[in-house]
Amino acid sequence: MKIALSFSLLLFFIFSFCRSNAQIDSSLLKISSQDSAKAGLTMDAIYERPFLKLGKLPVSIGGYVESNWQYVSHSGTTVGHQFQFRRFSLFVASTIAKRIKFLSEIEYENDPQGDPDQASAGGEFEMEYAALDIELHPLLNLRGGIIVNPIGAFNQNHDGPKWEFTDRPIAMTQMLPGTWNNTGFGIYGKQYINDWMFGYEFYLTGGFNDLIIDNPEGKTFLPAAKSNTGRFTSSASGEPLYSGKISVRNEKIGELGLSFMSDVYNTWQVQGTTIDNKRKVNVFDIDFNTKIPKLNTNIVTEWAWVNVQVPPNYSEQYAQKQFGGFIDVVQPIVSGKILGWENATLNIALRGEYVDWNVGHFQSTGKRMYNELWSVMPAISFRPTPQTVLRFNYRHQMQRDITGNTIGDNIGSTAGFSLGLSTYF
Amino acid sequence: MKKKTTIVMSAMIVGASIFAACSKLLPSAIDPQNGLSSPVDLSNAQNVLFAHGNDVFFANRTAANGLGPYFVAISCGSCHASDNRGHPFTMLTRFGQSDTTGNKFLNKGGPQLQNNNLPGYLPQQMPPGATSSRFIAPITAGSGFLEAVPDSAILAMAASNANNADGVRGHPNYNSIPSYITPFANAIPRGDGKYICRFGRKASTYNLVQQVASAYNHDMGITSSYMPFNPYNYLDQTLPALPSSPEVSDDDFNAVVFYVQCLQTPIQRNANDPTVQHGNQVFNQIGCETCHKQALTTGYSPIDALSYQTFSPFTDLLVHDMGAGLDDGYTEGNALTTEWRTAPLWGLGLAPGVQGGTYYLMHDGRARSIEQAIQMHGGEAATSAGRFNNLSNEDKSALLTFLKSL
Repeated sequence: MKIALSFSLLLFFIFSFCRSNAQIDSSLLKISSQDSAKAGLTMDAIYERPFLKLGKLPVSIGGYVESNWQYVSHSGTTVGHQFQFRRFSLFVASTIAKRIKFLSEIEYENDPQGDPDQASAGGEFEMEYAALDIELHPLLNLRGGIIVNPIGAFNQNHDGPKWEFTDRPIAMTQMLPGTWNNTGFGIYGKQYINDWMFGYEFYLTGGFNDLIIDNPEGKTFLPAAKSNTGRFTSSASGEPLYSGKISVRNEKIGELGLSFMSDVYNTWQVQGTTIDNKRKVNVFDIDFNTKIPKLNTNIVTEWAWVNVQVPPNYSEQYAQKQFGGFIDVVQPIVSGKILGWENATLNIALRGEYVDWNVGHFQSTGKRMYNELWSVMPAISFRPTPQTVLRFNYRHQMQRDITGNTIGDNIGSTAGFSLGLSTYF
Repeated sequence: MKKKTTIVMSAMIVGASIFAACSKLLPSAIDPQNGLSSPVDLSNAQNVLFAHGNDVFFANRTAANGLGPYFVAISCGSCHASDNRGHPFTMLTRFGQSDTTGNKFLNKGGPQLQNNNLPGYLPQQMPPGATSSRFIAPITAGSGFLEAVPDSAILAMAASNANNADGVRGHPNYNSIPSYITPFANAIPRGDGKYICRFGRKASTYNLVQQVASAYNHDMGITSSYMPFNPYNYLDQTLPALPSSPEVSDDDFNAVVFYVQCLQTPIQRNANDPTVQHGNQVFNQIGCETCHKQALTTGYSPIDALSYQTFSPFTDLLVHDMGAGLDDGYTEGNALTTEWRTAPLWGLGLAPGVQGGTYYLMHDGRARSIEQAIQMHGGEAATSAGRFNNLSNEDKSALLTFLKSL
């Protein structure tokens, strides 16, 4: 009953907010897209954002914000109502010359769901992206600076307003490092042929460090490397992280992306003296998205495989292999003029997720290791405009520890509700 | 347009209200009978300390906060999942003592072989000539009650075996205690200054302070105020490291001790089931209860909830000769290599839930079922094991049902 009352009050305030009048003259600001592609690939997501151009200034600005209410119960225990301001992101783009452009993104993030390290450290400001692009040919562009590595679809296409769920996909943020960025350089390009579009990206950047197998999570945890902010100036292994992606899109079928990362992650020498063997982390990812004609059903899915060379005689809690992903199905049920908004949409959606943080079998018993999670999340979302989303989610999640135990801290059955809003501005 | 608005408002408010009002969509609390992590009845202040201890107990250690360089597990909870028994993947190896004269391999890294190490360090190896035994982690829940059993009660249980017709004897494991341990006020030491110990597979550890200090040091390579030196590997040719400060703070250490002391005892399930009750009778009739004591009573404890409580651990805290089949050639304290502490049976039925759906019983998990474990009993328990084998199928089934209810 308390939950229902609280939820109704929240709903009232949010609707009040949504119906309030704008307080600035929006005619001074012109929304523009930085990418002129007729239909971009997922890898273009960082550029396919609504930017505001002010007059004739060569600079465009934009950003997005995410905030939500959440009520979650873990095996009957709850910390009650939680009000979370997850992130505020500000991006600035500028055209330096005809085929030279610069984009930067600064983010305040406080994300207890997506990044446990950050949750314990509290909110922080981060330079998420700051890269210069020089076009030599449509199939050959140079990019350098702090870039978001092209692993999977979510890593580059993670803006809150694009999704119908308050929580980010678990596998893409707690198995892969969500919004994984590094300093580096690379090339990319695109080619269009009739209904087909082809794109590629390839970068050499800084990368992971030993934290991926030595962290408070007690499992192989690639996101742990995000807490190493020194990676923007110093590589732990002294070797580049190779990351790349190829994508193919057909206007009638959808887009398929294949991506990879490979890195020597450990500090294997100190002052020129070898202290350890080189150990690699490899990630392979496949993503697909499509829209079913007539029904307008959107389907987005991504699955990833992680392979880490773990030292011998190290705890089996740190896995050599991981696997996980998600599938989102979003169905618009009403669209058009709603509540006075000209281009509004009401969607129902469903997300299914699975992560196995420890693929393999115990050496001691030959039996399967678990450390797995699955989750189902139905949702209702309302978009008064394509750039703003109000979303209500229910999550049902089951998690087992490495031996398959379902009773204890952070494992077992979890369920909860969340109501959030996210918008570009 | 009005129709659309109505649909949208109705969908959002009705749908959301149904979701929000439906408590059935939220998971229910774990049945206390199936969980072991609840505290005894504590004051608010004690509950705060218990919660702190719970956090520290399950916190994973890293190299940066003290783990290693040689270790078995990365947290207390790695071995004692849900405060229950351990799994073979965190099994530890003890070595270096083959009689009651003490461990001869302390200068070779004894008494424990850490089977994991941080990158860059050599794996530990068994020194030539050392005997060893592998131990799987015991159940944690209820340990505070075992600690509060007075020495006099343990001695009385030993004395009661003097004329046992089945040949059950059993004796306390008298052992030297470290200088950082303060003996219990009601302790009854032996003339040679050794004390009755009760924790561990060989009952060689005095109390939970020593148990926690040893576990941090031997199992995780973490130093404390009580055990300030890291374990070392003689193959790496470095001296035992002495960190500048303890790698577990005194506050955290004390909270973990308090947490373990205050864990509730396992609750028997289906106690009123006639089959369970019949199995309990069979348990007593074939002599299991002689060692696996059904009722013990605590003495005074500074924690009210632990004082003068009668509880059912199914152990006598004594070490017994279990026969040649369980003789690994390794021992601790004044126990012989064939002697093992009577394992508490409480929580036995919950073990598969933390052992991957199967049983790993006895000191090294060699028994894969309760029946197999009973049949591995030799020495003083051979007569009872023989009676078990001769039981009718109905009685045998009832006994196993009873044991699974614990």
